[in-house]
Amino acid sequence: MSRPQSTPLASPASIVPNTDALAKISFIGTRAFLVEAPGAFDLPNQRRIWALSRALEAQEEIAEIVPGMTNLLVILKQTPEAPDIIVHQLQEEWKRARGVDLAGRDIDIAVTYGGEHATDLPALCDLSGLSDREVVRIHHEGTYRVFALGSAPGFGYLFGLDARIHMPRKTVPSLSMARGCVTIGGMQTGVAVLTGPNGWNSIGFAELQMFDPLAAAPAVMAPGDTVRFRPERIEL
Amino acid sequence: MIDIEATGPLNTIQDLGRPGYRNIGVTACGAMDTLALSIGNILVGNTPQAAGIEVQTFPFRVRFSARTAFAITGADCRATLDGIGVPPWWVAQAEAGQLLELSPPLKDARAYLSLAGGADVTPVMGSRSTSLRGGFGGLNGRVLATGDAVATGAATSTFLPKGGFGVVPPAVALKDVFPAGEGGALTIRALPAGEHDLFGADAERFWSQPWKISARSDRTGYRLSGDPIHPLETVEMRSHGVVPGVVQVPPAGEPIVQMSDANTAGGYPKIAGVIEADLWRLGQARIGSMLRFVPATHAQARAIERALGAYIDDVRRTARLVSQALSTVA
Repeated sequence: MSRPQSTPLASPASIVPNTDALAKISFIGTRAFLVEAPGAFDLPNQRRIWALSRALEAQEEIAEIVPGMTNLLVILKQTPEAPDIIVHQLQEEWKRARGVDLAGRDIDIAVTYGGEHATDLPALCDLSGLSDREVVRIHHEGTYRVFALGSAPGFGYLFGLDARIHMPRKTVPSLSMARGCVTIGGMQTGVAVLTGPNGWNSIGFAELQMFDPLAAAPAVMAPGDTVRFRPERIEL
Repeated sequence: MIDIEATGPLNTIQDLGRPGYRNIGVTACGAMDTLALSIGNILVGNTPQAAGIEVQTFPFRVRFSARTAFAITGADCRATLDGIGVPPWWVAQAEAGQLLELSPPLKDARAYLSLAGGADVTPVMGSRSTSLRGGFGGLNGRVLATGDAVATGAATSTFLPKGGFGVVPPAVALKDVFPAGEGGALTIRALPAGEHDLFGADAERFWSQPWKISARSDRTGYRLSGDPIHPLETVEMRSHGVVPGVVQVPPAGEPIVQMSDANTAGGYPKIAGVIEADLWRLGQARIGSMLRFVPATHAQARAIERALGAYIDDVRRTARLVSQALSTVA
């Protein structure tokens, strides 16, 4: 019996992301459209977001593009008369978007693990059942990719955190966490760029200045960069 | 140049904001009532990009160190120049040494002081707006303080009638486009956002009930109090970019509307997004006041934007005509 034509043949192509799945596209007010990738929170999906971002950035009617975690906020210059047409165009661009890998830089961040800023290390040990030494080792042995910047000037959302040290964000944020705290928020990690309220969990401290508003390129990190944490000191 | 002789704690230099850097985590900032600032700039002959002073804590007193045209727009703050009343939405000339005083408004929240030539601070990433959270822009990235001097840029020569002149405030000129709310609640139009339907029957209650702007509200966002609303299921959202006007619902069920100093990213379920043409009205809403959300469409938002555009064009034309007429008799 012959196979119906619409059924895709099993082939190596099936290991690439399923590009037939539609993105979720929704409105935030009148000019902003949020495109969310279907499927997993992973690098292949983020690569498609980067590809979509690249395809859209040259378009005349777009004012701003804000990549997030497997999603992209598209801000138009004008409120569209017919938003359905925009949604359709974005969906078509999403279908066409194949993963690109960004040629990022390698960023090495020296960290003091433990110590006075590691306020949430004991709680992470309790949650994970690991010793503080193991938590620190797992964190600094990881290789991370900058998925997107956001939340605060120059803050990079880092992907690649080992599942053993995932830790949910706090329901009640710390009121004043110092700039430089090395933090874990769910399945992400990052370095706090501002001193202030913060819902992520701190396990260490880094001196690196992540943002300079007067520099030609104010943010140290960019999407696609590879980040490694080097344990400069461990105070346990 | 002006010297600040008295100021409340939260007054800042703002322009139309710093859009275009959300992708590196930089908030746009900018005036809460961009319409009032835009009209102020037109009245003193500035370009639309010029910065003014957003006054949201009173009293606010400045002394002019040189002859300067100034405009007061936004909330009616019962302004006086050397003790003589200056009407709201008005432009006039101040002489060197004169004292301008703004008092707490009886309604609305924020007044804008525009100066001919604009507040001359160094632009950072293309804008003079103060980013308090980032600590840059405006006057050294901070709020204005008593004793500060604010320089003004080069002014274009505009001719003002003696005593100045005013424009019809947008709330009056556009009362059919921005209708006063029923029972004193401000009507704010919004579009359903990504997680709207996740709220099931609670989504209906979001639109039907009046919400009170709580005391924990500022330029970053307005926290609303009312009967809490909850999604049917808890969803773990991935962080995504947001813009001012987004209405997010944290776990406690009381919505937050992000405003000019909004975070650039968010992860709470979002039930709605305020249409941009209504954000200036929200920017004038006071703590403790009530508001009600009304569902709108893009087409309706466009119609409101067109009416706003026509009002701004009309003010620009009138200001130019007044100046031209006076220049020929000068």
